[in-house]
Amino acid sequence: MIAVKTEKLRHVYSPQTPFEKVAVDDFSLEIEEGEFVGVIGHTGSGKSTFIQHLNGLMKPTSGKVFIHGRDMWADPKKIREFRFMVGLVFQYPEYQLFEETVEKDIAFGPTNMGLSAAEISDRVRTAAEFVGLAPEVMQKSPFELSGGQKRRVAIAGVLAMQPKVLILDEPTAGLDPKGREQIFSQISEYHKKTSSTVLLVSHSMEDVARHAKKVLVVNDSKLFAFGTVNEVFARTEELTAMGLSVPQVTKIFTELKRRGFDVADNIFTVEQAKTELLRLLGKAGGNNA
Amino acid sequence: MENIINAQQLVFAYSGEKEAALKGVSVSVSKGEMVAVLGHNGSGKSTFAKHLNAILLPSGGVCYVGGINTADEDKLLDLRRTAGMVFQNPDNQIVATIVEEDVAFGLENLGIPPEEIRERVDSALKDVGMYKFRLHAPHQLSGGQKQRIAIAGIIAMRPQLIILDEPTAMLDPRGRAEVIETITRLNRELGMTVILITHYMDEAAACDRIIVMDDGRLLIDDTPKKVFSNVALLKRVGLDVPQATEIVYELKKCGIDLPDDIITDEECVEALASLLSKKGEVQA
Repeated sequence: MIAVKTEKLRHVYSPQTPFEKVAVDDFSLEIEEGEFVGVIGHTGSGKSTFIQHLNGLMKPTSGKVFIHGRDMWADPKKIREFRFMVGLVFQYPEYQLFEETVEKDIAFGPTNMGLSAAEISDRVRTAAEFVGLAPEVMQKSPFELSGGQKRRVAIAGVLAMQPKVLILDEPTAGLDPKGREQIFSQISEYHKKTSSTVLLVSHSMEDVARHAKKVLVVNDSKLFAFGTVNEVFARTEELTAMGLSVPQVTKIFTELKRRGFDVADNIFTVEQAKTELLRLLGKAGGNNA
Repeated sequence: MENIINAQQLVFAYSGEKEAALKGVSVSVSKGEMVAVLGHNGSGKSTFAKHLNAILLPSGGVCYVGGINTADEDKLLDLRRTAGMVFQNPDNQIVATIVEEDVAFGLENLGIPPEEIRERVDSALKDVGMYKFRLHAPHQLSGGQKQRIAIAGIIAMRPQLIILDEPTAMLDPRGRAEVIETITRLNRELGMTVILITHYMDEAAACDRIIVMDDGRLLIDDTPKKVFSNVALLKRVGLDVPQATEIVYELKKCGIDLPDDIITDEECVEALASLLSKKGEVQA
């Protein structure tokens, strides 16, 4: 089953004016249901414009978007259905909290979906548990919470709609390493439990390598690459030239390879590096000598 | 070496909070040092930084910056000229519609004569590598470029000390590299003292010294090599280490003999190369 499909998706800002700019230049791709895709590209590459097309916040200048086989703009009156199918967590989502209590804020999306009161309260509770919010914060004002907690409330608000496709735009920006790890493990958990499709926009190549199976690279408004982590991060030189990067471990292994050592090409996480080095040193992976 | 920062037993509590955000922090920094401050969110590192140019005043202890007691209200302007601060979000720090006017903003407020403003703005823009953008509108620049404009606005005031509170948190890899390169150059070439608050361990590894804060206290104060050799402790306080350090740490746990002061890619490559060559010789 294809979860997300775009056909020659194109978006032009301010067309037919001196400020005309093509932001998304004929993207054609298919994302399978249940895939975890990392989206990378430098600021201004067009990746944010692209993801805003996937839940109908932006309308293509030309081309098509299909979600679970349905043409998004076939009937513009039904666009709300796509907003519920595809959940989008923006950058710094904690600035979008507005309700009196955490519970009401998380309930906002499901309420708009027209669900029953019982279903709403059930979804709010499940979503809050997912992101690790304690029951006692549910009646607090979201503005009393710490930055990290606010962000979890905002993410829970999207999870409560139980979207089939979940898109997160730099969900861990500005968080410390521990906070980053918590958010990532919660997203992975959600991905596994619900077998939903996840798109994760990130500037951290290390985080993308650790969590995503596939990587989508946007450069200069073009779809530069869409493939497995192995395929994409193997193109170190091209990625570096476009101002992106590869994980630090990958750089280390590329250099070892250049110096003539017979190391594997596909090392993208510390865990893989450890296993590979132990193999080369003739020790069983992970066991003490 | 003369101390530019001399903080003794700083204590600070935000109003309405039972627990103090700073619980007796003593730090001194010499002129010309480049110091990274690490700590998880809520560890007190930003609170500490805000004491350095009197955005916050200590409720206990005393803080001298460039010889000025930060609590001395009469010297507030002198202090702000001595210590400049750059924040996380470049969009919140830019006030003018033309790059060079933005850089001139602080100087105009200091009442500097126009000819000197012109000269200082030009040299500040050259120092951050943004001179050719001086007539651009800031909103058309990338995040990294905007952050360098914010830095230019600070250094045009010729501070002795520049404090940067997570200046790269909102930037992409290219923007991060631009900003870090600029900060490093200000330190190495112009001798400016730099305090860099960051969550990126590779940025901290490139500084002369690292201060780790935890729970309102100073936990570690040492060279990057010494700080990152303590992987277990850093992980316990919610921090990370560079991946180069982590690989070596994991291998050492498996009983493989490697040095424990590896923090950069190059050092890691060298260590692994020598390890793998030795192994090759044994087999041969």
